[in-house]
Amino acid sequence: MKVLVAVKRVIDYNVKIRVKTDNTGVETANVKMSMNPFDEIAVEEAIRLKEKGTATEIIAFSAGPAQCQETIRTALAMGADRGVLVQTDAELQPLAVAKLMKAVVDKEKPGLVIVGKQAIDDDSNQTGQMLAALLGWSQGTFANKLAIADGSAEVKREVDGGLENIKIKLPAVITTDLRLNEPRYASLPNIMKAKKKPIQVLAPDALGVDVAPRLKVLKVEEPPKRKAGIKVKTVAELVDKLRNEAGVI
Amino acid sequence: MAVLVVAAHDGKTVRSNVANAVTAATQMGPEVHVLVAGSNAGEAAKSAAALQGVAKVLQAEDAAYTNWVAEDVSPLVVKLAPNYSHVVMAADSVGKNIAPRVAALLDMAQVSEAIQVVSPDTFVRPIYAGNAMATVQTADKIKIVTIRPTNFKATAGGGSAAIEQIGGTGAGGLAAYVGAELSKSERPELTSAKIVVSGGRGLASGENFKMLEALADKLGAGLGASRAAVDAGYVPNDYQVGQTGKVVAPDLYIAIGISGAIQHLAGMKDSKTIVAINKDEEAPIFQVADYGIVGDLFQLVPELTAAVDKK
Repeated sequence: MKVLVAVKRVIDYNVKIRVKTDNTGVETANVKMSMNPFDEIAVEEAIRLKEKGTATEIIAFSAGPAQCQETIRTALAMGADRGVLVQTDAELQPLAVAKLMKAVVDKEKPGLVIVGKQAIDDDSNQTGQMLAALLGWSQGTFANKLAIADGSAEVKREVDGGLENIKIKLPAVITTDLRLNEPRYASLPNIMKAKKKPIQVLAPDALGVDVAPRLKVLKVEEPPKRKAGIKVKTVAELVDKLRNEAGVI
Repeated sequence: MAVLVVAAHDGKTVRSNVANAVTAATQMGPEVHVLVAGSNAGEAAKSAAALQGVAKVLQAEDAAYTNWVAEDVSPLVVKLAPNYSHVVMAADSVGKNIAPRVAALLDMAQVSEAIQVVSPDTFVRPIYAGNAMATVQTADKIKIVTIRPTNFKATAGGGSAAIEQIGGTGAGGLAAYVGAELSKSERPELTSAKIVVSGGRGLASGENFKMLEALADKLGAGLGASRAAVDAGYVPNDYQVGQTGKVVAPDLYIAIGISGAIQHLAGMKDSKTIVAINKDEEAPIFQVADYGIVGDLFQLVPELTAAVDKK
């Protein structure tokens, strides 16, 4: 079974982001970029399926500017076999990405697609579910555990009250939650090997997908700042403040 | 045109966040309808009909809807959606699972986790874990919106909307619910608790969370945790407060042994009053805390538990 994983290039999770002074977005120039952490979990899960013999080939998909090749290379260094980049400088929103992925899925015919449950830049949490809808496939979202057997997948999902178990038909789209696995680091020999692995570059037009954004971003602003309060010395002082100043207990 | 709120429920009542979603929906259109799908959903439908601002409840009876399987609920919402200007769901694990599937089936964009309705087509939503706020406008015919419940006041009860029975769409056979492992707790639910006590890696073990339980029980508080504490296995995943866990905004949030990573702050910084107890005086949590104490939590927490006792 082929497995397709999606990897998004985002501002590194350790970077403290800055809102542009003209309020058009977030500063990305000269900022460290990395693979979306949830997508690292997706790549890791695919590699584990390959190590178990369930997956035969892992294709790493990305969409965006030419630099997304670096993100795909990271996936290849972790253990993916080859890459597909839909290259465009246009702003891509989740529905457009889902359509691009669908076009690639139609060509590659994987038995499973694994994506991060959300990207840490736009925090949308949409693409996996949208892709499953467009393909008419089942979806195992917010996966905490995944087991594949006999044309179906058992997925343990992280839900509001705890965990939920579902059984879904393959092919399916899985979206990863934090505790599905701990992604590996790429070893130096594997980083070297990854340089020779192929990456196919496609254009959105060639896939027949209109990627025009549906949501117009009118402005991006800093959130209201919360002021630091005071430090108290003793528990008695704290309780007094909570009771008589804040009035919350 | 009316706005459709899709309500999750437990078979008896709709989830408390439906009352928040209805408030958001009243800001999007002139009339609000609520869809309650399930098997034996009559009681839940009645609870939705009692919410102020609801004009009509649609009750769809079908065994396929019992456990909120996205593949089966989505076709029902897709069938109803063309009669509405908006489809609204709370951004909980049900809404996040179903809404994007509905949106894609309709070829509509989705606005995720709106925290403010600027106008019927314009919303404010947090991006980058709440470190920036984006105002987005959608031109799509049907607006699919999930809302962050803590940012909208819950509508009151006491209403009496009509309940209309509608047919189900059946099971598609793609996915089946097997079971759940839900945390059992007598404490208030995190997202609706007035007070939340949260622990982090500083607790050093799951056993030590008992100390927090004692404090939470004294205060009638919900119990939460940082991602670090959940990842370390001290407490189950549903305790997690943060960008990818639960977003809470209680009157009082007590962060104990939590350093205050960006993604944790994203889940609690709208709390009215924040207290931080941490041994590291440089911890970022102190930058958002109204009251901080630098010190050993193993000494301070029992002291606090004893102190809140004697009024």
